[in-house]
Amino acid sequence: MIALFENIGRYFMLLGKVFSRPEKMGIYYRKIWFEVEALGFNSISLTAIISAFIGAVVALQMAITLESPFIPQFMIGYATREVMVLEFSSTVVALILAGKIGSNIASEIGTMRITEQIDALEIMGVNSASYLILPKIVATVIFFPLLTLFSIFVGIVGGYAIAYLTGIMLPGDYIEGLFYYFEPFSIVYALVKGSVFAFIITSISAYCGYYAKGNSLEVGRASTRAVVSSSVTIMIFDLILTQIMRV
Amino acid sequence: MIRADHISKTFDGRTVLDDISVEFDTGKTNLIIGRSGSGKTVLLKSLVGLHDVDKGNIFFDDVCYTKLNFAERKNIRKDIGMIFQGGALLDSSTVRENVRLPLDLFTEMTEGEKRDRVNFCLERVRLNGADHLYPSELSGGMVKRVAIARAIVLNPRYLFCDEPNSGLDPQTSVVIDNLIHDITKEFNITTIINTHDMNSVMEIGEKIVYIHEGHKWWEGSKDNILEADNRELNEFVFASAMAKRAKSVSR
Ligand SMILES: Nc1ncnc2c1ncn2[C@@H]1O[C@H](COP(=O)(O)OP(=O)(O)O)[C@@H](O)[C@H]1O
Ligand SMILES: [Mg+2]
Repeated sequence: MIALFENIGRYFMLLGKVFSRPEKMGIYYRKIWFEVEALGFNSISLTAIISAFIGAVVALQMAITLESPFIPQFMIGYATREVMVLEFSSTVVALILAGKIGSNIASEIGTMRITEQIDALEIMGVNSASYLILPKIVATVIFFPLLTLFSIFVGIVGGYAIAYLTGIMLPGDYIEGLFYYFEPFSIVYALVKGSVFAFIITSISAYCGYYAKGNSLEVGRASTRAVVSSSVTIMIFDLILTQIMRV
Repeated sequence: MIRADHISKTFDGRTVLDDISVEFDTGKTNLIIGRSGSGKTVLLKSLVGLHDVDKGNIFFDDVCYTKLNFAERKNIRKDIGMIFQGGALLDSSTVRENVRLPLDLFTEMTEGEKRDRVNFCLERVRLNGADHLYPSELSGGMVKRVAIARAIVLNPRYLFCDEPNSGLDPQTSVVIDNLIHDITKEFNITTIINTHDMNSVMEIGEKIVYIHEGHKWWEGSKDNILEADNRELNEFVFASAMAKRAKSVSR
């Protein structure tokens, strides 16, 4: 328990270092672009595959459970949309990316720590925390909401595809459902969640790597710790944000 | 000149450096020698401020480094070059980008000036053909040479080297030692080198400090180290057959 508070304290101290004034903005812009590519673009295909399948499965499940003469068919499209927008595209995608991006960040920064690359930066007078972590945070906080929108879109298309392919429901009904009782704020809610979760994944994973010490075994442990801690924190914040932003 | 004044350092209650006072001279290759685990790396990192010492003060020429805050230290850090044991090159950058980074961060040079400066440094360590390679594509000796080039790119006044020839074959070690020695003379740098290699000691040990279990045990130069009458130091020095022969020849 004490260790937990100690870690939280050190985490916020690291954040303080990350957000102190950067050395030279020009270099940061270049690094942000690099990270958008490394952490963002490279997650598009994984997000697409998972979202398409989940969209299809959700639509199928809805079609089976809602099979009743009293429930209109378009409810399937409606329910699929709601699931994607409210929970799946932000939270579940974040959890999956916590595994991919989180372990990537923690092991990259952890390796830099144990091979003294971070010391080398510090000796040059570079604020290593800001130099290494800030571009990653900025890149993911900007890119994750876009990834969330993309996931919603692909998921809904996945649902449509399954409707079309299996004939279990009428594609026309599905589309009608998509536009049924649409609350635009729920999109804002999904985007905010995307950004918050991006911040959680990137900063916690960077923290785990930054304070790794010892050898390659420790880097492996740091990367596991990064995935576990950021996943748990995402779930906690999912609850908090849902409560705060109740639509 | 760099001076340590009664510095001590403990990790979790374990004393790793105990009351060390020593002065390192400008324009010389100063060596810190000792067995593995004796505290050489911790001493070096304490001198540059990567570890905060628990007691004592460190002076860079007339400035008391230990009393400076983070922003003030930055000014001195621009005058420090450091070569880490494993090279510590940034894995995601090429040789050229590694050497160039300090220029990008701390100078207002134009692209052309930066290119010339990087070329000059790479040429100085005889690596001009390798500038587009990544660290994983380099041999051990090349990594060390890139690290040297990066360390000298901002014209440092102080150069720190942690076991610059660990993991290198004897021939390459001599090349690296001589390179560091020559650079020290050429630019009148205060150079401090950690090593447990007796070849380096006899080659470039203009000033030598022997560390044993966190204590300073002996201080001198390559000219009088073979005659030292300190048991631990003798054990260290004469562990290698080469040094034994050197002693019998000198008698
Ligand atoms: N960051 C650290 N935390 C705890 N102990 C350390 C740390 N760095 C070094 N030590 C300990 O200090 C002692 C001296 O280590 P070091 O200076 O690396 O020896 P060497 O002379 O081989 O360079 C070792 O016993 C090591 O375990
Ligand atoms: Mg060492």
